[in-house]
Amino acid sequence: MEPFVQLEGVVAPLDAVNVDTDMIIPAIYLKSIERTGFGPHLFDRYRYNEDGSENPDFILNQEAYRSSRILVSGPNFGCGSSREHAPWALEDYGIRCVIAPSFADIFFNNCFKNGLLPLTLPEPDVRRIMDKAKDNPGFQITVDLEAKQVRDGEEEIVVDFEVDEFRRYCLLNGLDDIGLTLQHEDAISAFEARQA
Amino acid sequence: MAARTMFEKIWDAHVVHEEPGQPSLIYIDLHLVHEVTSPQAFDGLRMAGRKVRRPDLTVATADHNTPTWELTRPIEDQISKAQLDALDRNAAEFELPFYYDRFSENQGIVHVIGPDLGYTLPGKTVVCGDSHTSTHGALGCFAVGIGTSEVEHVLATQTLRQFKPRTMEIRVDGDLPNGVSAKDVILGIIGHIGVNGGTGHVIEYTGEAIRALSMDGRMTVCNMSIEGGARAGMIAPDDTTFDYVRTRPYAPKGAELEASIEEWRGLTTDSGAAYDRTVVINANDLAPFVTWGTKPDMVAQITDRVPDPASFGTTAEREAAERALEYMGLEPNQRIEDIRIDRVFLGACTNARIDDLRAAANVIRGRQVNSDVYAMVVPGSARVKAEAEAEGLDQVFKDAGFDWRVAGCSMCLGMNPDILDPGQRCASTSNRNFEGRQGKGGRTHLVSPEMAAAAAIAGHFVDVREF
Repeated sequence: MEPFVQLEGVVAPLDAVNVDTDMIIPAIYLKSIERTGFGPHLFDRYRYNEDGSENPDFILNQEAYRSSRILVSGPNFGCGSSREHAPWALEDYGIRCVIAPSFADIFFNNCFKNGLLPLTLPEPDVRRIMDKAKDNPGFQITVDLEAKQVRDGEEEIVVDFEVDEFRRYCLLNGLDDIGLTLQHEDAISAFEARQA
Repeated sequence: MAARTMFEKIWDAHVVHEEPGQPSLIYIDLHLVHEVTSPQAFDGLRMAGRKVRRPDLTVATADHNTPTWELTRPIEDQISKAQLDALDRNAAEFELPFYYDRFSENQGIVHVIGPDLGYTLPGKTVVCGDSHTSTHGALGCFAVGIGTSEVEHVLATQTLRQFKPRTMEIRVDGDLPNGVSAKDVILGIIGHIGVNGGTGHVIEYTGEAIRALSMDGRMTVCNMSIEGGARAGMIAPDDTTFDYVRTRPYAPKGAELEASIEEWRGLTTDSGAAYDRTVVINANDLAPFVTWGTKPDMVAQITDRVPDPASFGTTAEREAAERALEYMGLEPNQRIEDIRIDRVFLGACTNARIDDLRAAANVIRGRQVNSDVYAMVVPGSARVKAEAEAEGLDQVFKDAGFDWRVAGCSMCLGMNPDILDPGQRCASTSNRNFEGRQGKGGRTHLVSPEMAAAAAIAGHFVDVREF
């Protein structure tokens, strides 16, 4: 897993509440048996018209936001299914951080397993970043996981944040969960022996 | 020992390792696997040279991609077929003893077969790469949906790393009024708490109305816990649960089972145990519900009207309601009963069990599906299908003009050939009414099996209490 230390990039404002996993990637695209290649289908139903052409109104189709690495959105982002294809699609597109006032549990968890940071910020801070990104297409921020801070170049926006320390440690170091767990092989075997 | 909730008892009994500031390592008793969220997990094992630690605790089936047409007809979608073939290969390579492919008599929706076959039992920890794993909590176990990385983690270690969720009691007091089903209970609850009302929590459903539900009804309630944002839903096991388990083919039997039942009686929440939150609902306030929007908390009683977005308190709610009405092709203040439908889908892990089929059949017996409606029944498993056929329910549905299909997830999420056309409106017994969930541009209204059946006959939504 690629470590996440500092991420600098364009912010795409997706100003909606309850962005669900079917919006992020519809079920019809979950048939691949690979982990990659989902980026072209990210927000498929909104990015493309009936005939497959790009919908120019969708935020990621506007030139200034095309190369966004950070998405800012409303509360309960990622609600719905457990599909890890949702973070895979975001990552494959190039987005490594989603900022929102709250996240659905399974999506939140899935992000950390894939080197993505789902960053929960207070609603007023999310709103300020959202408005700035809307008013200034191409607006960039730095998400500094090491310093636990979000800031823009002019330092008009400087927000300190909290992330669970264990998850932060794993992201910073790009750690594989299974490897960590297998360090407790003895405890697992002892549990199984008690159960048998 | 301090008084504990049912969830805490099950959690405590499964902790393998704990360290301050870290997620706990929890042992998993049952891992359910399906074709969509597992191929990348098996690939991960292969690349790392790892095995499945406990094939004997792993049950796999094919459900999401499987066509619901007759089994002799081949799969036409080659990408779906490749995903199903991958599960065949992985089950063989990793030597999974309990794999039910699409031709098996035990095949079906993973959340239908787990309890029905007797794999899901009280007190267990259950996971599956599917958010509706919450269904299994109806038997008094802790059951959570996980992502593919966690599927790989469980395959390799038979454990899951989890921060301990908070607990939430949802108590439904009183007796359910006539014509109000388990589906209406959970739609009413979600309408009350909202789509993120349960985030970070495990819900325990309590109260007389819950106790009075059959096991199939309890599964309907727990199934949609995730639609309220909860990690899991659960209901304390009681004699209804034990009677159900006694008739399951792969559950323990005889003295062994009776000894387990005595232990399971101790799983209930101790008096004096504290939940982090409690919500109380009066059963008398519940009625048959219909969703009008594109999130499961956008619900109205059948006798109500579509809300006016202007009536919502916040700008975000107003905009979400406006967008939902536009997508759904509805007008503010339109009577719910005046909404005409094109399709009826009776199926999904929410409502495709035998009780659901019986309830719907009772509504349509001797009547005809409206000529403007195409209606289909997709039983939740091959066993449910066989049971229904033995009772003659298939004939009741066919006589009324319903299409009688082969088991699978089907039009709940449209990964198989069963999808809505753009603009089509469907009365569906599934669990999600998200935009495009049942097919691009499709419009989904979530209802109970009884309400779906009545709508099929009438051609529009209708109050099943007066039907």
